[in-house]
Amino acid sequence: MSATGTEAAAGGLWSRLSLSQKQVLWAWAFLAVPVLFYTVIRFWPTVQAFYLSATDWNVMRPASYVGFENYRRLWSDPLFWQVFRNTFAYLLLGTPISLLLSFVVAYYLDRVRFMHSFIRALYFLPFLTTAAAMAWVWRWFYQPVPIGVINDILATFGLPQQPFLRSTTQALPAVLAPAIWAGLGFQIIIFLAGLRAIPSTYYEAARIDGLSEGAILRKITIPLLKPTLVFLVVFSSIGFLRIFDQVYNINSNDPGGPLNSTKPLVLMIYQTAFSSYEMGYAAAQTVVLFLILLVISLVQLRIMRDR
Amino acid sequence: MAAAQSLPALPMSKVKPGRVVAWTLLFIGGVIMVTPLLFMLSTSLKDASQVYDLRIVPAAPTLENYWQILGDGRFLRWLANSTIVALSVTVSNVFFDSLVGYTLAKFRFRGRYIVFVAILSTLMIPTEMLVLPWYLMASQFGWLDSYWGIMFPGMMTAFGTFLMKQFFEGVPDDFLEAARIDGLNEFTIWWKIALPLVTPALSALAIFTFLGNWTAFFWPLIVTTSAELYTLPVGLSSFAVEQSIQWEKIMTGASIATLPTLIIFLFLQRYIVRGVMLAGLKG
Repeated sequence: MSATGTEAAAGGLWSRLSLSQKQVLWAWAFLAVPVLFYTVIRFWPTVQAFYLSATDWNVMRPASYVGFENYRRLWSDPLFWQVFRNTFAYLLLGTPISLLLSFVVAYYLDRVRFMHSFIRALYFLPFLTTAAAMAWVWRWFYQPVPIGVINDILATFGLPQQPFLRSTTQALPAVLAPAIWAGLGFQIIIFLAGLRAIPSTYYEAARIDGLSEGAILRKITIPLLKPTLVFLVVFSSIGFLRIFDQVYNINSNDPGGPLNSTKPLVLMIYQTAFSSYEMGYAAAQTVVLFLILLVISLVQLRIMRDR
Repeated sequence: MAAAQSLPALPMSKVKPGRVVAWTLLFIGGVIMVTPLLFMLSTSLKDASQVYDLRIVPAAPTLENYWQILGDGRFLRWLANSTIVALSVTVSNVFFDSLVGYTLAKFRFRGRYIVFVAILSTLMIPTEMLVLPWYLMASQFGWLDSYWGIMFPGMMTAFGTFLMKQFFEGVPDDFLEAARIDGLNEFTIWWKIALPLVTPALSALAIFTFLGNWTAFFWPLIVTTSAELYTLPVGLSSFAVEQSIQWEKIMTGASIATLPTLIIFLFLQRYIVRGVMLAGLKG
């Protein structure tokens, strides 16, 4: 739009430009606002985050440079190591469990014709929910007997009652369950797309060669599905490492669960920044999160290159 | 003996008992998947005296909870806030991400590659790292507690730009060249010729952006402080805390937050599923 203005203002100059010169001007006119946006809203804040992590900025006083002090403090903070373990527990439990479940469902759903899209919709619906809202639904499920659905079912079968969110060992899996549940539909859809992209001639050839279903799965389906698999591993790993909405809402009276047993890194960042107002210290934690995500992504890209 | 066995084997292979078992198990799994949603909806239709009755079909369904919650006005305000925010951000992304994607895919100019790599590199930076500088920026410019404050970080995304670039690369140059010869300007060529050719990608981008912003919690929680500006997830969270153990009220609030996307899905299922597949494969 700005280029049309230029055109009107300097009509003579514009008409003397060659077609490719006009193209260049148009391109930069289209990119002007976006380049400004990415500079101000993405790149500058990135630089600032690194800078803030080396300051003692809080609401009381202006930021002053403290070097690596925040990182030193983080290293010797037992809460950080607890949070670090929790964050990786979400990742190491969540990613394999959710990928295994969604692959099994997608593998069989791919062969089903009868009511295919209805069944697919059943699995996909939870993906469209709001995590903050669903955390409250699951929180209600985990309550003790008269009201809690799961304990009620356990009682019906004469099984012992479980403390779930009140227990230091059960709380983290109890928070993880709704996160896996909500993400499953997305992973199933992506797996289905990946399965469909495998040419059916491969399967026909394998059947003519007399390969069993198990052998076809091992030798054809899984190897050809590797790009899909790598994408989903990266995508869901990042999701589990950044878990927040569910954790914050499922235990809102005591965010982070009993003895911080469910607290992930993003919740620690939130509390450090907006409950204790130690912005500099929180910035150092965000840099650590960035480094964790970077390492995880690079490792996974490396695996992709090896294929 | 062998011949007698091979005869019934033929119809057996047509019925495929394995498939029936697989179908049944898939169906049961699917029902389990939607059970939390059914419980949420069913409890939202019960009054306080029926909450402890855990049957899925309420004995005496009532919309009383909905009238009460919507009647106090806050939820309507949060619904409106979420709608305004999610729609505005979606429109902005559909416009800018596709414009940038188109420019990077179809124009040849010096600096194109650098711009592309620079935008793509922002995918590596987690939102959480930018939240504190954004908060600082918002408080300096007076954007805290405003729609713009909630929206500005997401007005354009590298994911959307990359997705659109992939799709515009599939648009044949001849189409654009023909329009150029007809004397259309570059903006019109993009808007009238190129954009209609990538509508599946546009709808995928729109669906993802809308859903992402509708359910967003972390940034709206940080940037809003007054209840009038909460988005639905943040409002619901504060409402639920205040209701403490009135589960039927909390489930009604959760239903109000969830139903809009579920209803949209029922109408647009084909497009949404296709959109997720497109975004997943090309993104």
